[in-house]
Amino acid sequence: MNNQKKARWSKFLALAAITPLVLTACGGGTTASSGDATTLTLMDYYNNDPDKGLIQSAIDKCATDIGVTITREVVPGKDLIQKVLQKSSSKTLPDILMLDNPDVQEIASTGGLAPLSDFKVDTTGFAQGMLDAGTYDGEVYGLAPTANTLGLFYNKKILADAGLTPPKTWDELKTTAKALTSGSQYGMAFSAVATYEGSWQFLPFMWTNGGSETELDSTQNKEALQLWKDLVDDGSVSKGAINWGQGDVKDQFMAGKAAMMINGPWQIPALNEDASLEWGSVQVPVNKAGQTPIAPLGGEVWTIPQTGDKAKQAKAAEFISCLTAGDTQVTLGAERYTVPTKPELAKEYVEKMPDMAAFTEQIANARSRTGNLGAEWPKAATTIYTAIQLVLTDKATVDEAFAQAAKG
Amino acid sequence: MTSLSTDPAVASSQRSGATSEQGAPKRRQGFWARENITKILFVVPAGLYLVLFFGYPVVKNLIMSMQDYTTKTFFTGEAPWVGFQNYVTVVSSNLFWPALLNTALFTVACIIGQFVIGLALASFFNRHFPLSRFLRAMLLLPWLLPLIVASATWRSILDQDSGILNQFLGTFGIPAIPWLTSPDVALLAVILVNIWVGIPFNVTLLYGGLQDIPEELYEAGELDGATGWKAFRHITWPNLRPVVSVVLILGVVYTIKVLDIILGLTNGGPANATQTIAVRSYQESFVNFEFGVGAAFSNILILISLVFAVIYLRANRRAVDE
Repeated sequence: MNNQKKARWSKFLALAAITPLVLTACGGGTTASSGDATTLTLMDYYNNDPDKGLIQSAIDKCATDIGVTITREVVPGKDLIQKVLQKSSSKTLPDILMLDNPDVQEIASTGGLAPLSDFKVDTTGFAQGMLDAGTYDGEVYGLAPTANTLGLFYNKKILADAGLTPPKTWDELKTTAKALTSGSQYGMAFSAVATYEGSWQFLPFMWTNGGSETELDSTQNKEALQLWKDLVDDGSVSKGAINWGQGDVKDQFMAGKAAMMINGPWQIPALNEDASLEWGSVQVPVNKAGQTPIAPLGGEVWTIPQTGDKAKQAKAAEFISCLTAGDTQVTLGAERYTVPTKPELAKEYVEKMPDMAAFTEQIANARSRTGNLGAEWPKAATTIYTAIQLVLTDKATVDEAFAQAAKG
Repeated sequence: MTSLSTDPAVASSQRSGATSEQGAPKRRQGFWARENITKILFVVPAGLYLVLFFGYPVVKNLIMSMQDYTTKTFFTGEAPWVGFQNYVTVVSSNLFWPALLNTALFTVACIIGQFVIGLALASFFNRHFPLSRFLRAMLLLPWLLPLIVASATWRSILDQDSGILNQFLGTFGIPAIPWLTSPDVALLAVILVNIWVGIPFNVTLLYGGLQDIPEELYEAGELDGATGWKAFRHITWPNLRPVVSVVLILGVVYTIKVLDIILGLTNGGPANATQTIAVRSYQESFVNFEFGVGAAFSNILILISLVFAVIYLRANRRAVDE
């Protein structure tokens, strides 16, 4: 009898032990509480210093200005979208969300973001390219304090020793790069890797030549592709470029293994760490004299997710206005080597940062990647990098490459 | 396997049940007998675990593969049913058959390489010599290294111009090999790196198997003239067979889904030369945000793994029966 009692007890205990498992499985999905708008949550992907700390001080300053405390969550860049999707299905999106600009339309199309006009955010005075990047269906969803783009970096010492000046046209680029190639030193470096980075590096050549992502199989785009192929076939660019990310390109440049490179201003802090390296930057060369260099716009925009808490959203809007205000733009731009997104600040900024003159000019005409295609951009980007890879590995001719790549 | 191991337990509990029934007057009988409930309670935690962590994802993935599941779905919860459309998209895509072929080549080549080298190293370490323990521990290093770190390191080792491997080969007069930049060589390079990753797993299991072979067998064999290669063929190999089948089948299941190494080394390039089904699944889901198509790719992978899992279970049953 006693034994049976024990057995019954143990059964009960076993059940009790299992119950929490079942309950936790069914739980979760708490909704955001509303009302109190003095604390906001924020998510971004600046997970490395110096950016992490610089953004933190900008956040702190604006938080003080509008009288809120902000809890910041930093995730690694490549995890951000997955994190955003998870949070939108569990309805736990932060009050302020940073997104890489080509992702804004994708996320806005889900209905997860609030149009900034709902909260009377002033969107005038920003560069059109940057506004396009943050716009979906005619509504602006995100603003960026500063932007980056691509330009041509060159090693001043190597060019001076060879008696050469930075190239302005594609023909000059080819001859200069060829002349600078000797031994283990290549004349030029770019990233032709099989990711969006490769497509992004190709865009300045494609767009400057009048090409477009809406019609990839065009003469203009093929000419740009031919240029890259010529540079690799000449031996002026290493075949390794097929597998180099932009960080690798910078490493080659810093090691003196490339005399010129296509890269962005975010590499400048690293370049400056090597005191013996003298570098200069110009706009990306054009095919024919008279063309305007058009480069893609990079940078992160700040958005307001649809959390359902109007009071907090209004505060978030105030925060974004503060973060994208003129003085913040110049401060952040100077600290992070990025260009203010309000063209009226260009002069003041370049006076402060003479190194950034070429990039500031480049930004004025820069275009957003998603301006034309919106959420369809990833498909075009995939086609672009695939076409580059097909041509540089001799798997397709320049003529066939875009058509072949588009078949997926 | 499971049925065999639980059999004695069932038998003993039936026996004890019989004695308690004799002792006490007849109480609850049939399905709700106390013993049955106790048994069920033992099974429930494992069952729940399986349902939550295996059943749910598999079923969810199956459903997802029949839906137009995009980024929008995460916010609205709406995913229109499209039936087998995603599978049609997958199979008719230009990259499907090349990716399937690459998956097969990758898996077969990796398994052969890992197993042969693993077995050779395991036999080597089976003869104890000074420092053998230390060296064996060192062999485990690739296993301890995060795959992202390993692939980044290998990427710089395999670089065409400045990579240490080509510089090493260059000293023998071998011209620079475009390891990761030529579509003809890239798959081979990825296979070599993955063999390096898989060797510790093979060595560890095979070494364990070798240790279990009684020394007396070799001594007896030696008397009959079976030494060296003969001893391996007639003593080591037959005794090692159960371990070999486990190593090979698990190896296939692990290798077929390899993703991080390929992403880290080539990201599917150059010119799609290292695309596998796993890479397609990842890129469709997390690069193109076509989660339905990505799920369809991964279900095809699950199906292939399932075939090998069934072979594994059958082989195991036969081994037990023997």
